[in-house]
This record gives sequence, structure tokens and C-alpha cells, in this order.
Amino acid sequence: MNMPTNPQKPAKKLSLKENYSHLTRGLGWDTSYQPMDKVFPQDKFEGIKIHDWDKWEDPFRLTMDAYWKYQGEKEKKLYAIVDAFQQNNGQFNVTDARYINTLKLFLTGVSPLEYAAHRGFAMAGRNFRGTSARIAAQMQAIDELRHAQTQAHTISHYNKFFNGLHDYTHMHDRVWYLSVPKSYFEDAMSAGPFEFVTAISFSFEYVLTNLLFMPFMSGAAYNGDMATVTFGFSAQSDESRHMTLGLEVVKFILEQDPGNVPIVQKWLDKWFWRGYRLLALVSMMMDYMLPKRVMSWAEAWEMYFEQNGGALFNDLTRYGIRMPKYHEVASMEKHRLSHETWATFYNYTHAAAFHTWVPEESEMKWLSEKYPTTFDKLYRPRFEHWREQQAKGERFYNGTLPMLCQLCQIPMFFTEPDDPTKICYRETTYRDEKFHFCSDGCKDIFDNEPEKYIHSWLPVHQIYQGNCFRPGTDPTAPGFDPLAEVLQYYGFHVGEDGGEYLGSPDAKNWKAWTGKPAVSE
Amino acid sequence: MNAIAKDKVFIAFQTNDETRSIVEAIEADNREAIVIRYPAMVKIEMPGRLVIRRETIEDLIGRAYDLRELNLNLISLSGNIEESDDEFVLYWNQH
Amino acid sequence: MNVDIKTTAVTQIRQTFSHVARQLGGDKPASRYQEATIGMQPMVNFHYRPLWQPEMEVYDVRRTKLVMRDWYTFKDPRQFYYGTYTIARSRQQETMERNLEFVDKRGLLRDLPEALRAKLIFTLVPLRHAEWGANTNNCYMTAYGFGVAITQATMFHSMDRLGLAQYLSRIGLSLDGNSGDSLAEGKRLWLEDPAWQGIRRLIENMMVCEDWFELFVAQNLVLDGLLQPLIFQNFEQGFAKAHGPALSLVTEFSNNWFDETSRWVDATIKTAVGESPANAELVQQWIADWRLAAREALAPYAAAVFVDAADDEVSSVEAVLDNRLTKLGLKAKAAA
Repeated sequence: MNMPTNPQKPAKKLSLKENYSHLTRGLGWDTSYQPMDKVFPQDKFEGIKIHDWDKWEDPFRLTMDAYWKYQGEKEKKLYAIVDAFQQNNGQFNVTDARYINTLKLFLTGVSPLEYAAHRGFAMAGRNFRGTSARIAAQMQAIDELRHAQTQAHTISHYNKFFNGLHDYTHMHDRVWYLSVPKSYFEDAMSAGPFEFVTAISFSFEYVLTNLLFMPFMSGAAYNGDMATVTFGFSAQSDESRHMTLGLEVVKFILEQDPGNVPIVQKWLDKWFWRGYRLLALVSMMMDYMLPKRVMSWAEAWEMYFEQNGGALFNDLTRYGIRMPKYHEVASMEKHRLSHETWATFYNYTHAAAFHTWVPEESEMKWLSEKYPTTFDKLYRPRFEHWREQQAKGERFYNGTLPMLCQLCQIPMFFTEPDDPTKICYRETTYRDEKFHFCSDGCKDIFDNEPEKYIHSWLPVHQIYQGNCFRPGTDPTAPGFDPLAEVLQYYGFHVGEDGGEYLGSPDAKNWKAWTGKPAVSE
Repeated sequence: MNAIAKDKVFIAFQTNDETRSIVEAIEADNREAIVIRYPAMVKIEMPGRLVIRRETIEDLIGRAYDLRELNLNLISLSGNIEESDDEFVLYWNQH
Repeated sequence: MNVDIKTTAVTQIRQTFSHVARQLGGDKPASRYQEATIGMQPMVNFHYRPLWQPEMEVYDVRRTKLVMRDWYTFKDPRQFYYGTYTIARSRQQETMERNLEFVDKRGLLRDLPEALRAKLIFTLVPLRHAEWGANTNNCYMTAYGFGVAITQATMFHSMDRLGLAQYLSRIGLSLDGNSGDSLAEGKRLWLEDPAWQGIRRLIENMMVCEDWFELFVAQNLVLDGLLQPLIFQNFEQGFAKAHGPALSLVTEFSNNWFDETSRWVDATIKTAVGESPANAELVQQWIADWRLAAREALAPYAAAVFVDAADDEVSSVEAVLDNRLTKLGLKAKAAA
């Protein structure tokens, strides 16, 4: 037996790397009382081959003591600011109450994804065979729980003064447009662990997250929302670790076996398009919902995807990876995405948990400047028409239910890549049933895994099937109003949570409480 | 893909007193760095490769510095990472 | 910007989120623990069948036999959400860092007589792998459990176990002068030494236990309830009495941690068995099964560590567990 001998001399100093390696690398072992494939039943069925888990590189070598130390410090800072914000009625420092609608979109649409990420990474943190990979996933799992909780705690204060925020997790499980983010994440969680991390760590965190967080947080900073800036930037400090994990995980998989490359490329294609469609909600937030705008969606897309994403994919060409399929379609759409999206929500805002409005003249001027080739020609006339209607007391609401894309679940309002005046429809027939899509990107994803996507919980279908009423509702009762019933099922306070912003309780309270106009000059 | 400009890496921090010295250190060690200041955020771009050196920061703040402390104020970054006790490097592999 | 707020005119339109209010039985001020916990997990309208378990939903109550009308009946007596958890642990790690540095600087472990060093390596270092196993098992509960009230606490518990594994590794490094030889030796013992095989087999069996609440009982109540006090109370106290407090300094965290987390484990079990006679019977049976296995697993280890006193030491920790079970209204001498 080679019992270590007593060194009898001062211990040598360990570098961070050596220390990390001693403290983590050898922790796992090859089980022998139970077969490894039974202990780790999920990391082979996707076809990814890993020959040597020790080749995994941890970019941020955090041991638990360091994790507790730094994260504890961040939390102390964050909650001190949140406390001060609440004590000083900081909610009234924002530009105007229209801004709060970005928080409604964020809390109902994004915060539940943080929770889903927490659970998804807990799965990955259990299921990978490699110790370091599991630790990295577990740290992200607990970080994501942090984000879900700090967001609830920060926005909790806004909930006490504004509508639309009060039942956000209940709404996330039910409301039609919130099935877009919900289905996105459940798609990843219901896949295997390698696809999950490729989807979330790489395609979302590394490639697209800057487009979600930077606009929301800079938007908050521009519009006087210190609480959101604080949780946002504090969360981003974890996000940087997550992004790095995303890049490392993809490089690791690609380096392990040449057979992994086509599998990963297919996932990159799928998750780029899935993520891009989800970001349509962010595009309208940037261009329409922020009273003070930071940059346009098109500018953000150019900076964070075309430039940074381009650099990233240049770097990955050495593995045989190319730019994700249909990235050029996304770039073609960048001058119309936000306008088409906002117009749709303007139509359906009575069935949404946030308000919409026609942009002010000064805002339309900004939109014309940012979108010189499209705004005046294609969208301004529509907004001017709606403004006139509103002036006559005939605010337009669309009473029909829209057709949804089977894949991304967004209403079919996107236009043909080469023709912004023509709605894009695609369809496919699977087992004698027709399925409808908003784009080639969504159709391709369906065609690759039809058995998965026939199970989409499509909100409009579900309404027609009578699955979106509260228990005990009788649809045959006289005077039954299906839409009103669906909104009850969603948990909406009708007349408060959605509809036109002007004249809403939020707008009235804002004027009464702050003495400032509902729409800032 | 020859004769193209080097792809840029970037790193972004919260604007505060701690990061003031970090940004100063980065500017000292990376001649071509471009510093862009936004509300509450400072972003530094650099073609090809950006290095953050522990010693440079320590000289500016007058105390021992652990590069893992960067994590406290980091907002975002782009590029491959290489990390040791002394340096934090972001880079793209060039073609 | 100067905002003139007519504060007298401002009245809050609600006290908390609607999903929290429903749980509290009305709209009233809620704690941060409540707002961080209640209703955070998706409950209905799931989209796809998991490729890895098509017969279930992504979140599914059927992953345990335990049945609860409301999974938010569970409460963590520590009221840990992420912020309170990390802030508590960051304080504890500061103390541990000081202790470890104190011991390491003075070579208090490194310079122990050879036989004692060997004894510590044998007794403590392989345990880092057992802690990693406990991390794996709690991560499983977090991934497949139901309701934030319980899964957030298992998440914290999971990370705690990684922290414990790393502190044990630090003890090893303090014993071998940072060469890592003790860690290699510890792994060899874990994989090969007969004294450790019972514990390893038990943990590997837990790793394939599919019912997550059964796993909670097996790992966090039964095995921890015996093994943790055996080492961090009985062995540590005996060692301190004979050889001074160096070891106690570096195991301080483990010691306090067990007391703190036991309160949460007990509260969880109490809620589960209080729900229904069927649950009580189920939990009782799980305890009986796993306790039998744990007793068998610990015997060779206890014999190697405590030699002649092994039976007494094991009986004393059995009594500690019995005491806890009695307080929870469960039969103590199960599977006797």
C-alpha cells in the first residue's frame, strides 16, 4: 500500500487551477455495484459520443467556497438596493407608466424561463457522466433559481402598484402568447441532456442572450428603473459564466468525435431559429414599449448577432460548423419584425396581460429614422389609421382567434422573406393531418421531429376544444361568452390587466400618484 | 477569408468604483481597446485578443486582487476564455 | 430628477402576487421566502413528451409514490431562498477558511504522527466520494421532484454536499502537504478497501432509485442520519479528546451543517407522513428498507474505524436517529 508519507515541510502553494482540479476532478468514480449505463441512463440516446470526459475544460474554476463567497456578496448588494428602492417609492421614477409594460412582458414571459432553466440544468447536472460537466451544470442550475427569485422579489414591488403582474406563473402556464416562451423551454427540457445544453447554454445564452438582456437592462437604465437594472446586471454577472459554459460545451462535444458534428449542427440550426422567433417579443419591446429607446431592434441584431455571432461562427468553422440555417432570413426580417409584432399585439391586447398603444408622433419619427426603408411605407399609415379610429372612440380590437404556427406558436403574421406585404404560410401533412407554420425555419424543425411537435399545446386549438375554461364552466349556458371565460381561466382582471393603455387604471393611477402625464413628453 | 479585419472580442462591466480601475488596467494592457460607456455599463471591444492582468489591477488599487473577483461586476463577454492566476484572456482563433 | 410624489394619495392596489395570495388564503403581505417559493413551478399545459420518459410530463407528480394534495405544504424551517441561503453559507465559509488556514499554516494535521495521519486519511478522505454521491442524489430530487418548496431546498442541499466533499478534500490536502497523494489514496480506499465497500454499494444503489422521495428518505434521513453523526460527532469528539482540537476546527462546518439541515429533513418528513396514513406507511417502509441496508453498509466501516468500540458507537447513532423518528411520530425500531 502506498500510504502517502509525511511531508514534514511547509505545504506548496496551489494555483487556482491545481486547487480546483484536486477539489473536483477525482470526485466521481466508475460505479461497479450498479452499471454505469443504469446510473447515467440519459447521456447516450442522442447519439453523441464522448470518449474522454477529462478533456472537459472549466473556464470559471469555482469551488463551492468561492461560489458562496462571491454570490453571497452579490446578494447582499442586490437586496440592499431593492430595499432602498422600495422604501423610496422608486417605482415612480420611471419615465411613464407605459414602461411598466416591459416588466409585465418580462415577468410573465422571461422569469418563468429562469425557473425552467433551473430545473433543466438540474437534470443535466444529474445526467452527465463527467464530474466537471455536472458541477458546471449544477452551478448554473442554482444560479437560474437565483434569477427567478430575485426577479420575483424586485418586481414584487411594482406588482403592488401596477396591473398585469399579479398572477404571472399562473398566466405563464395558460396564456396564448406565453406558450411561445413556455414551449420553447419545454422543448429543450424534453430533449436529452446534450441537446438541452446546446440549446440553452450555447444557442440561447451564448448566441442570443445579449439580445434579450442587454436591451431590457439598458432599457431599464434609460427609463429610470434602478431596481431592474440592479437585478439584471447582477444576473448578467452569472450569465457570463453561463455563456462561457455554452461555448465550452459545444467545443467539447465537437472535439470528442467527428460523428458529433452533424448532430450539433442540426441542433444549432433548430435552436437558432427557435430562439430568434422567441425574440420577436423583445423586438417590439425595444422599438415600441420603451418610452425612451436605447437602440433599435435592427441595430441590436446587427451588433449582437451579425457582428458578435459572426465572429463566433468564424471561430467554429475549424470544427466544420457553419452559420445556422436561415440566419439570412432573420437579417432580412430585421426591418419589419418589431412592427409586425407590435401591430399584432395592438390588435389582441384585450386578451393580453399588458397594454398597447399607438406610438406618439415623436416616436414615429424615431421609427422612421431607424427604419427608413420600411416604416413610413409599410407601417406608419396603419398606425395613423388606428390613431384616427381611436380619436373617434373606435379603438380597434380583433375579435377573432388567430391561427398559430404549430412550432413557435406565434400567430401567423410574419411576412415572406422577400415580400413584406405578403403573409408567409407553410404547411406539411403528417399522418393525414395538416400542420401550419409561419416560416421555413419552423417547418423544417417540425419535419425533423414530427412525433414531438404534434404534442404542442396550442392555445387556440385548446380554446376551441373547450380546454381553457375554469372547472365547472358550462359552455351551453345561455349568454355564454367564450372569450370572457377564457380570460377568467387565464387569471386576468378584465379591464385592468390588458387593453388600450390610454385611459387604463395604470395610466389613471400614474397621473394621480405622480402628477405626471400618462405619456411623457 | 483573408484580408478581413480581425473579429472583435468584448467584455462589459457594471459602471462603479471597482470597475473603474479594471477598465483602466485593460486600457493600459491593450493599446487598441475601444471603451464605450453606456448608462450603468461600460463595454470594451478589442480586435482579436484582450488580456486582463492581475498585476496591473493590483498596481492601480493597491491591494491583492483575485481575478475571480471580475465575476462580481461582469455583464457580458464574447470570445474564448483562457484563465490563470495572473491573466484573464479573451480571444478568437483567427484564420 | 425631482419627483414630487403625493404620497398621501398613493395606496397599494395589492399586497402580494395572486398565486401567493391564493396559498395564504387572502391578499396579505407575504415574506420573501413565500414570494420566492409558492407557485413558481409550472403545473399544467405541458407541451411535449420527454424523449427520456415519454410516459410522463416534464413535471409530473407520478415520479414518487408519495401523494400530496398540495406540494406547497412543505416548508423549510430555515426559510432558505437563494439569497438567504448564499448569505448564510458565505459567512460559514469565511469561518472555515480561517480555520483551514490556521490548521494548515501550523501544519497541525500534516505534522501528526504517521499512524494518526493514516487514520484520518482512512476515515475521512474517502468520504468525499460519498458526499459526491449525496450531491448526485439530491440533484436527482431537484431535477425530478415536485414543487419549489421541496426542490429548492434539495438544490441547496445538493450544492452543500459538493461543498462538504470539497472541504474533505481540503482536509486531505492539509494532511498531505498539497501533493494530492491522500486524495489518490482516498479514492483507492473508496474503490477497493473492504471497509468502504458497504457504503459505496449503498450509495450506488441509491443512484438508481427512481422514486425521488424514497431517495430523499434513504439519503437525507437514513444514511446521513447515521453516518454524519458517526463521523462528525463520535469520531471527531473521540479524536479531539485524544489528540487536540485540530480536526474539530476543520470539521466545524460539517458539524453545524448536520444540525441545521436535520431540522429541514425532519420538517419535510413530518409534513409527508402527516398528510395521510398511506404516506406514513410508505415512508415507514422506506425507512425500514434503507435502514437495514445502511446498518449492513456501515458495519465494516465502523469496525475498521472504532475497532472494539464499533458496536457502541453505531448503537449511539442509532439512538440519535431513533430519537428523531420518535419525535416525527414514526416507529423507531423499524426492521429490528
